[in-house]
Amino acid sequence: MDDAGHAPGGGTDSDDSTSTDAGAGTGTGTDSADPRGGPVWSGLPRGLLRMRRLLLVVWLGPLTVAAAVVPGLLAGPVWGVFALLPLALLLCGWPMLGRNWRSWRYAERADDLLISRGVLWRQETVVPYGRMQLVEVTSGPVERHFGLAGVQLHTAAAATDARIPGLDPAEAERLRDRLTELGEARSAGL
Amino acid sequence: MNTPPGTSSAVPAESNGDIPSADESVIEHRLHPVTPLRRAWAPLAALIGWAVHDLDQAQRQLAKLTTTSLLLGLAVLVPAAALYGFLTWWFTHFAVTPTELRIRTGLFFRRTAHIRLERIQAIDVTQPLLARVAGVAKLRLDVIGTDKKDELAYLGEAHARALRAELLARAAGLAPETAHEAGEAPVHRLLHVPAGALVASILLSGAAWGTLIAAAVVPTVLWFVTHNLWTVLAAAVPLVGAAGASSVGRFVGEYDWAVGESPDGLRIDHGLLDRTHETVPPGRVQTVRIVEPLLWRRRDWVRVELDVAGSSNSLLVPVAPRKMAESVVARVLPGVTVPTAPVRPPRRAAWCVPIWWRGYGLAVTDDVFASRQGLLRRSIALVPHAKVQSVRLAQGPWKRFRGLADVHVDTGANKTVTARLRDADEAAELLQAQADRSRTGHGKARPDRWMA
Repeated sequence: MDDAGHAPGGGTDSDDSTSTDAGAGTGTGTDSADPRGGPVWSGLPRGLLRMRRLLLVVWLGPLTVAAAVVPGLLAGPVWGVFALLPLALLLCGWPMLGRNWRSWRYAERADDLLISRGVLWRQETVVPYGRMQLVEVTSGPVERHFGLAGVQLHTAAAATDARIPGLDPAEAERLRDRLTELGEARSAGL
Repeated sequence: MNTPPGTSSAVPAESNGDIPSADESVIEHRLHPVTPLRRAWAPLAALIGWAVHDLDQAQRQLAKLTTTSLLLGLAVLVPAAALYGFLTWWFTHFAVTPTELRIRTGLFFRRTAHIRLERIQAIDVTQPLLARVAGVAKLRLDVIGTDKKDELAYLGEAHARALRAELLARAAGLAPETAHEAGEAPVHRLLHVPAGALVASILLSGAAWGTLIAAAVVPTVLWFVTHNLWTVLAAAVPLVGAAGASSVGRFVGEYDWAVGESPDGLRIDHGLLDRTHETVPPGRVQTVRIVEPLLWRRRDWVRVELDVAGSSNSLLVPVAPRKMAESVVARVLPGVTVPTAPVRPPRRAAWCVPIWWRGYGLAVTDDVFASRQGLLRRSIALVPHAKVQSVRLAQGPWKRFRGLADVHVDTGANKTVTARLRDADEAAELLQAQADRSRTGHGKARPDRWMA
């Protein structure tokens, strides 16, 4: 359970399985006893960070090369400095993706789901299970390749921005089933 | 209703029109026989549209027009329009079952809408001026997801009222046998806005004067600058329109405004030319906003707005003395008193929003989350805890530096009420507490079927 708690920090692949098993089992038990006393946070799997970093490199890497080579050949080598721009983006983006990935975490409490995210612009969302209208699990081709699936919660309010971008598919399905079940039990409508 | 052959775009998922009603006891009705006429202007409008679009050619064509061709045209156009109107009317049916209102429509593209009665958020009976002359009315059920084509237009006036009463009785959960004879619930009038007060309130509103002055000044200035008639017209028409809407339009729409209370919920009747009768069943109101424009403050007048999910009406009281308005609010949100002294954000909020931070305020009572904003035009929004769908805390870098945060409360009417610039610790606590309150608050809320 503690592993699940600091999963975002010590991101190894084994964390996925611990958070899936332990986090799910103990989440309800501890939280119902004391809803205020520190929820049990789970982080996102490391695969998401890998995917995002790969996408960053796939897009900006060739762009850097192109920005260095094309003006360099056409207008003289000095113009190759344009390559510094995408390179800087790449070098900034790499750690920023890491920080952003670490900032995402969620906690299933007895009666509501907590999602916290953001480094500079922090946002924390609480959705009571009874208000859930729809739980959606989505997974694009790239995400599938990395073994990831996103979970999105919909309430009657469109402004509710409760999504968890990348989860282990098994965990995503477990979460979906649990949320649906809890949502039905506590159903409250509008 | 909206299925002219050719332009129809009925949603495939809904167009299972050929399936007969499951229970045979359901009686299907047609709309009032004047309905076809409401489409009669459509071909005419198309013609006028074409003429305006191409003035020169229209004139030439008109000059060439002989009596015979005119008669010939009319001989084709009139029966075609009549046939179209007749067919759309003939193929539109509706039926009331114990749990649903079913509307079946469409000639080529069938469309069946089943509207669940316990999900009703509001029922409106509206009568445009011509419909009043003809003695007919539109009936519209507001359920999340319904749109314009789900209204029943037109019904006989008495029929519309009877149908509304029946729908409300069924939605309330009355026994199906008695629902039909339940009749209209008695209405107890809570408030009526006198015409004088309405005129005074419009005269004291900045928007009316602002648009009027703009409509007078901008075209004049443009004339002296450009001496171009078209430029002046292009600027003047929308401005005059806006000025009319915010003064005369408001008067016409809000004339004879009456708010009543009945076992079926809130009744709002208004209108000078077009009459509208809205009914909002109990427990459907998601947010109430009390707005106090600057110029009304001396008279202690306020305006009350409300949000109902899936409904476009948003005005509860156009103008009323604060005491009276608050008593109406207390009936709309039972047991709620409007908080008198919302707490301001801490002083350092001035670093984020200079001066205007003083307008922000927050008060949380046992029943509502109330957030005030505005310095000149004050407004306070009340959300019953039971209506909160989700709670969010947001904090940008500058706010974090100053130890402040915003708390957003989302409601089912797609409105978000925000408590701005609260102390960060207070906000974190508020987030948790509000989530708890929203959960427990729902236990106290009324059921969907309010009489069951």
